[in-house]
Amino acid sequence: MNCIEARGLRKTYGSTVALQGIDLTVEEGRILGLIGPNGAGKSTALNAILGLTPHEGDLRVLGRNPWIQRDELMRDVCFIADVAVLPRWMRVSQALDYVAGVHPRFDRAKANAFLAKTAIQSSSRVRELSKGMVAQLHLSLIMAIDAKLLVLDEPTLGLDLLYRKAFYDALLNDYFDHSRTIVVTTHQVEEIQHILTDLVFINAGRIVLNTSMEAFEARYAEVMTLPEQASAARALGPIYERQVFGRSIMLFDGLDRGRLAAFGDVRTPSIADLFVAVMGESNQTIGKVAA
Amino acid sequence: MSDVSLDTALGGSGVLTSALSHPTRPFYWSVRRELWENRATYLAPANVAGVLMVGSLLAALRFGRYHDDVSQIDPAQRLGLMELPYGVAALAIVVTMFIVAVFYCLGALHNERRDRSILFWKSLPVSDLTAVLSKAAIPLVVMPIVAFVVIEALQLAMLFLNTVTILVRGQNLSQLWGRLPWLQMQGVVLYTLAVTALWFAPIYAWLLFISGWAKRAPFLWAFLPPLALSLVEKIAFNTSYIGDLISYRLHGFKDAFSEGTVSRAGRLDIVTSPISLLDPLGLLSLPGLWSGLMVAAGLLAAAVWFRRRQEPI
Repeated sequence: MNCIEARGLRKTYGSTVALQGIDLTVEEGRILGLIGPNGAGKSTALNAILGLTPHEGDLRVLGRNPWIQRDELMRDVCFIADVAVLPRWMRVSQALDYVAGVHPRFDRAKANAFLAKTAIQSSSRVRELSKGMVAQLHLSLIMAIDAKLLVLDEPTLGLDLLYRKAFYDALLNDYFDHSRTIVVTTHQVEEIQHILTDLVFINAGRIVLNTSMEAFEARYAEVMTLPEQASAARALGPIYERQVFGRSIMLFDGLDRGRLAAFGDVRTPSIADLFVAVMGESNQTIGKVAA
Repeated sequence: MSDVSLDTALGGSGVLTSALSHPTRPFYWSVRRELWENRATYLAPANVAGVLMVGSLLAALRFGRYHDDVSQIDPAQRLGLMELPYGVAALAIVVTMFIVAVFYCLGALHNERRDRSILFWKSLPVSDLTAVLSKAAIPLVVMPIVAFVVIEALQLAMLFLNTVTILVRGQNLSQLWGRLPWLQMQGVVLYTLAVTALWFAPIYAWLLFISGWAKRAPFLWAFLPPLALSLVEKIAFNTSYIGDLISYRLHGFKDAFSEGTVSRAGRLDIVTSPISLLDPLGLLSLPGLWSGLMVAAGLLAAAVWFRRRQEPI
């Protein structure tokens, strides 16, 4: 079954168009990275998926209409908006009591086991915890819920490197299995590249790239060319070129790797580099349309 | 509103689909969560009761002239004087409750948006209807119950203190115990709390609505527009319908008590049977009660509507 199914999903705020009618299908068991610049419409799309905002177009999440059935949907969907949303006055024990009291699929023993691995005291208030500990607490609560879809909107914002790495490790090792689906947005794309199965770039309310990671690796290649071969390589039409230590690194779309190997080392580009390439392209298009 | 959310709103366990799921009580836990966050809802009345108790204790230690006077006056008046401190104490608790309830309501749907915790609450299977009703239940049900318990405890403590005082001074206990209509006084307290909760329901609902609607300064939005409207009306038309409406809402509930009690409130009346003051039929026949409850329901529905749509601020 498709976990998320959107057709012509559109959202406007007054005269501002946040989503220009996007189509998106996310199958069960995928880990989708939703990547885009600020104001691209990522959060709007996630809010629509979570039933936090009304929208136009057709949207089904786990077979339900999120705007009409948010509270039912939340039995099967979890989300972490960002690290700052746990109420600061709440005690850790109260958070456990409350979630256990309202969520039919929360396993308190599991949450306690996750918390036991951290330095968090159950009598502490959220305001007394560090940012990283709040993220650990939230993740412990979420991972103890037997949900089908987990939505993470900038979950590691403001955390240091160690916490960010631990966050994604815990998610992969202790939580993810192939019956669950994860949708994640973040600006720290390089940190999630290895965990994603699918990738969507969104810009100015449109999807500009929608690919599985297998297809991404097959389609895009990056070559660090030797200076004397740069112009020959350039003739093949790289979609993006940057200079590092006097050498040109070129990003190619849909060219055979064997052919590119003649110009230097070929490797899979980082999502961040492809993002810059694709966004530059789509911004130019937007510029042309505007002009 | 779907059946399921209504069921959930009423504290039902909802539809359980998975074998791993366990029963839940969203309404009950939502009310508990309000009390965790807003401890003033019970600490403020309890603290005021503590202060009043200290005051009574100090008065008793001075061997209060008050009781000396009592023995000198007409026995019928004496009872009124005996009841008075109990009534004043109860009134102080009720007023405290009302003030705390006003501030509670103004923050209830505003603070969660300001600190963005609404995103956490909304990530859980609790409907907006359940959330708003649980918040409305605090001033309408929970705080009156808390006030009743506090008043009970305070009045019992005062009664104990009076008893000890009388014994220490070697006076006759029957003066107090034989004549104070204790149970009836408790009935009056309970009735008053129920009446004010029902009568003030539209005020609480208005404050909750403003709390859920205003992007900032809910306090000003709640109080300035009605004030400004009544001023404009006064200046433009020299009428005061809006002002009258507001003042009726603030003390119109006196009709729930027998004719005369209020008009004679200035001097001490002899009330041998406090229960006779209550006029439940008068309350139920007040059009203001029913129209007020309808307005309250409408405002709460609007608060639910806004909670569904409003984003963090």
